[in-house]
Amino acid sequence: MDVGLLGQFVVNGMMLGMMYALVAVGFTLFFGVLDVIKFSHGDVLMVGTFAGFSTYLGLTAIGIDNAFVQLVGVLVVSIASMALLGAIIARYLVLPLKSAPPLNTLLVTLMLGTVLRESIRLFYPDGSNPKHFPSLLPTDAWSFGSFTLRADSVILLIGGLLVIIGVNVLINRTRLGLAIRAVAQDEETAKCMGINFKMIVLLTFALGSGVAAFAGVMNGLYYNEINFGMGLLLGVIGFSAAIVGGLGNIYGAILGGFLFAGLQTLGAVALPFASAYKDVFAFAVIIALIAWRPTGLIAEKTSERV
Amino acid sequence: MTQSLKDKLVILLLAALGTAFMVTFIAIEEQTEIFALLLVAAALIVAAAKFGVIKAISQCLSRNEKLMNGAVIAAVLVVVFWFREDHFPLLMIATVMMYVIACFGLNMQFGYTGVVNFAGAAFFGIGCYTAAVLGDTSVPLLMVIALGGIAAAIIGSILIIPVLRTRGHYAAVVTIAFGLLFRTFLEVNDTLGGPQGLRVPGMNLFGWDFNSNIEISENIELSFYMNYVILALIMVILAFVLMRRIERSWIGLNFDAVRLDETAAACFGIDIKRWKITAFTLGNFLAGTAGALYAMMLGFIAPSNFAFSDSLILVSIVLLGGMGSLWGTILAAGLVVLLPEKLQAIQEYRFLIYAIVMILILLFRPQGILPRGLRAYIPGWRG
Repeated sequence: MDVGLLGQFVVNGMMLGMMYALVAVGFTLFFGVLDVIKFSHGDVLMVGTFAGFSTYLGLTAIGIDNAFVQLVGVLVVSIASMALLGAIIARYLVLPLKSAPPLNTLLVTLMLGTVLRESIRLFYPDGSNPKHFPSLLPTDAWSFGSFTLRADSVILLIGGLLVIIGVNVLINRTRLGLAIRAVAQDEETAKCMGINFKMIVLLTFALGSGVAAFAGVMNGLYYNEINFGMGLLLGVIGFSAAIVGGLGNIYGAILGGFLFAGLQTLGAVALPFASAYKDVFAFAVIIALIAWRPTGLIAEKTSERV
Repeated sequence: MTQSLKDKLVILLLAALGTAFMVTFIAIEEQTEIFALLLVAAALIVAAAKFGVIKAISQCLSRNEKLMNGAVIAAVLVVVFWFREDHFPLLMIATVMMYVIACFGLNMQFGYTGVVNFAGAAFFGIGCYTAAVLGDTSVPLLMVIALGGIAAAIIGSILIIPVLRTRGHYAAVVTIAFGLLFRTFLEVNDTLGGPQGLRVPGMNLFGWDFNSNIEISENIELSFYMNYVILALIMVILAFVLMRRIERSWIGLNFDAVRLDETAAACFGIDIKRWKITAFTLGNFLAGTAGALYAMMLGFIAPSNFAFSDSLILVSIVLLGGMGSLWGTILAAGLVVLLPEKLQAIQEYRFLIYAIVMILILLFRPQGILPRGLRAYIPGWRG
């Protein structure tokens, strides 16, 4: 195969992997602190992207057309509003169901995802049609022979990497992270040590949702198109990635995200039959991987309590 | 008047009331009238619950189960014959029945055994596509319905290993991934029609064409949907009997044990894998048969009929009715299918409204509208 095309596939795959990993990190954080799956995560991402898009429209309308200012505005509004939304969801939907069967929490958040999706479709102006997301990043490109590397891809990849590293440092090196890990390990003991359980749960949900909003804006900037249904597939893929990596483990989420993107790219490049089957291939491998390692590649460390 | 005579009168009265309600509900078109009717019905039910009438009625019903089942079938037949000439009401009734069968299948998995399945629409779809592919061959069409179920069961068996090895969230993701995989596969597969879908030939039983109107005499002509309604009703009755028999047998007892506590069940020598496989396969079979008949009735199917949101609707029906509750499933399927069709005003908003109603149900009445009662170990014993 031609080197340029191959390079394109690699960059594209890495971009997808970064987005999936960012979504999967959210799932894994929520599972860590509360042992729940918040399935509306993908739709929160979508709402975040639309919030960013509206900010862009608003800024353009009041006459600010400096791309850098717009980008900062889009990111700040999108991340902040989704962090708030995540905390609200945790407070009013997830925490009240803490002692209910896990299936109920999964269903409630699934339904909440539908509510968010349908609300955007029905109530956002012309929400049922795809929107053109602006390119706010520099569009320079370097060419290496037949392979063209776009500056915006590099910036997005570095940005995504920085967010992942940032979350990792936050979890492993700060007092807040220590509290989150403590709650994840043992809620009762963490409470005894004076950790404000509810506060930590809300902060974790805010953190995860903010990261998802970042992934959503990244998606919009890269593909230049957003629609109300984009969150569902991203959410399911992020969930699968978190599961395959091993729930509750941040490295597992990153591994799972890149693995899924790798499978999709492999499906598109290397499969003998049509590349249209790349998602079928990726999901089939995911099912097989779950059958092989039922609790993920990096297994959960808890033993079963009888 | 003796107790049993009083019970019988109550049941007959209820059946008459239900029939009248259904007929009025399906017949009226005016949006405000439909809202008014629903409000009156809701008010009646709330009032009845307040004064303990519901409790008395449910005790009365559980004492006379056979009579109640018969009365319900008779009521459905009356409603169906009332609309004998109208296509649309019959189509809606038949659709409700097929959803009921598919949801019975999910009930076997979710409600009885606790095996999660978020790919209900996919197994329903396998039945549909089987009907489409086999429809033009010489296979007898009644057999095609059974084959639709068998195909769903066989394809579902691919998932058995991952479903058995995983639990909780991990099992949920297996079925969700399968549902998405199934739909993507249909969309890109050209031999199965791609995104445009396939045409399905109608049912034909021993030379009796289901897709033409039934002419009894010169001035009585029945809608051709009547054929499908009757066939669907027979299938619902069979599925209901199957579900009830299983629930009340030692198989159902094993299912319940597996759902309530796997570890304890295993300690008592119950083969968990065996019962999970049984429930999963049988449930998929039921969904597949419903799908095959549905495809024949609609005459056309496309991948967009089997999206993730459709699987969610099936799950919502099971949860709304109450896990493992057969009457609850029937009631919920009726509500979920008929309400959006009747209330054209909310048609556009139906997914939004489902989702909000489901959230409220899960938060405030997680056991569903007609929760499954406790198992009575000694027949006739009332605690």
